[in-house]
Amino acid sequence: MVAGRRPATTAQVPEIARYVLKRLGLALITLVLLSMIVFAAAQLLPGNVGRAVLGREASEEAVAEYNRLHGTDRPAVVQYLDWLGGAVRGDLGESLAQTGVPVWDIVEPALVNSLKLAAFAFVLVVPLGILGGVLAGLRSGRALDRGITVVGLSLAVVPEIVTGLVLILVFAIWLGWLPVTAQPEPGAGALTQVRYLTLPAFALVIVLFGYIARITRAGVVEALEADYTRTAYLKGLPHRTVIRRHVLRNALLPTIAVVATQVGYLLGGLVAIEYLFNYQGIGLMVLQAAQQKDFTLLTAGVMVVGTAYLLVTLVADILFALLNPRIRFGVAE
Amino acid sequence: MTSVPVPERRSEAAIARRERARALVRTPSFVLGASIIVFWLACALLGDRITPFDPLYDQTPEISASPSAEHWFGTDRLGRDVFSRVLAGSRDILVIAPLATLLATMLGAGLGLVTGYFRGIADDTISRLIDAVLAIPLIVLAVTVVAALGSRSTWAVTVVIALVFAPIIARTVRAAVLGEAQLDYVEAARLRGERAPYVMVAEILPNVMPPILVEATIRLGYAIFAVATLTFIGFGLQPPSPDWAVQIADNYPYLADSWWTVLFPALAIASLVVAVNLVSDSVQQVLER
Repeated sequence: MVAGRRPATTAQVPEIARYVLKRLGLALITLVLLSMIVFAAAQLLPGNVGRAVLGREASEEAVAEYNRLHGTDRPAVVQYLDWLGGAVRGDLGESLAQTGVPVWDIVEPALVNSLKLAAFAFVLVVPLGILGGVLAGLRSGRALDRGITVVGLSLAVVPEIVTGLVLILVFAIWLGWLPVTAQPEPGAGALTQVRYLTLPAFALVIVLFGYIARITRAGVVEALEADYTRTAYLKGLPHRTVIRRHVLRNALLPTIAVVATQVGYLLGGLVAIEYLFNYQGIGLMVLQAAQQKDFTLLTAGVMVVGTAYLLVTLVADILFALLNPRIRFGVAE
Repeated sequence: MTSVPVPERRSEAAIARRERARALVRTPSFVLGASIIVFWLACALLGDRITPFDPLYDQTPEISASPSAEHWFGTDRLGRDVFSRVLAGSRDILVIAPLATLLATMLGAGLGLVTGYFRGIADDTISRLIDAVLAIPLIVLAVTVVAALGSRSTWAVTVVIALVFAPIIARTVRAAVLGEAQLDYVEAARLRGERAPYVMVAEILPNVMPPILVEATIRLGYAIFAVATLTFIGFGLQPPSPDWAVQIADNYPYLADSWWTVLFPALAIASLVVAVNLVSDSVQQVLER
């Protein structure tokens, strides 16, 4: 797979271009469907938006006036197209709870905060997970392998609220090494921010480690048993070279795809983590929007999270294709 | 699985089932996980009959007392015995999570059967829709739907978790059905003139049960995860319920002063999800052997 380096042919360029285009088209369709689902769930499901926002005691006239003012008395399709037209131009409407404030002004700082936390967690978990998976794979079937696999997967299924709480209790309250909340003073330096983000990031690391380690392990085990590895040994290559050049290179390919899907879990996990650590990110924002029945803000928040997930999986798929000779040369599909 | 339904098939299947059950009982992780689940089930069923104090009302004079010989896990700020509350706290989640999983499995299996069997435009459309739904993280989607429904009741949480899990199960079932639908016994049933619903339910469904079962046990773990998280952030069960996540949410602000009111329910949740995960992992290994 890796050993054979074919000469570049003219057919190879359109092949990969066609794949990328097809993947882009599919992503665009999914994005449009996503917008319909999000809009339906957050803005149509409440039924009467005015009644939902103003409450049961409000008079009929007040509710009707509210709906007229916010355009929520129009047919669903008109509302959706109007919203979509705005969203394409970058206008996500105004917040219902904080009257007159454009939604994007609330979403943007929250998104930046969440991306900081997610990036920090990712920088920690990807090397750790791959290292754990490679160690387990090379020692497959032995105690170290069972240990890494069972502990990793057990930690992965424990809710973030539990791991987060235990981390807070041990490192913030008992040992006093790190702050209890994740939100530093405004204008804090980079190092201070890192200090505040360490505990929530580790709560995410604990959840994600098991998945990344498991898939890396599976790749390593498969590559160790493959014919090309045996050939490499029979050629007389030293153990280290075989592991580095043949086993790891092939084993790490599927890891890319899994790391990408983990971004979805990561963004989902942010709701609980951000709530627990009182961190003003997109997860906490979505939760607050839901609690305050701020449906325009809620729609925007969910849409941003979903779009981020689609983007990351798209990039991962294309990266996977570029690295995988079977797709690169158009053998598969 | 053989493809032609002949009389011996049932007994063969029964033998295979017994062998699988025996292999399962010999797996240490299955035994450990199952024991923990049985323990919590017993607590849920026996309830206040085995708790040393009343989990809801017993107001002992000791408020926020740290763990002692009398109160193993201490008392909370209302003077309730935390050990009794942890024992009683398994009841609600052990109803909600399995119920949500059951609903999701039925819905997802139905959706997967239909999309995998008919293919074509319906399949393409539904598969795309499922892809789009899966782009939204579980908790975010659940929070959105719960808020939009305008209800924070336990029922709303159960239904929402079922709805959110159904597409994931549908995708797995669809893949399994796609493989089966190509086989001869399906073609034979079709040529006999059987209707599509009969072929799906009576012919294909029994043969895709193993992946459905595996998927259901995996989803059960995530359902407990989701119920606990949603409860913690304020949806579903409310105080004074002794539910573990309610206890955590209720006492979290006082973590620094009385850690025992939070740590023990948190460890209880962890023990249950890890146990379910151990069981689903072993079931998966035995069925896929």
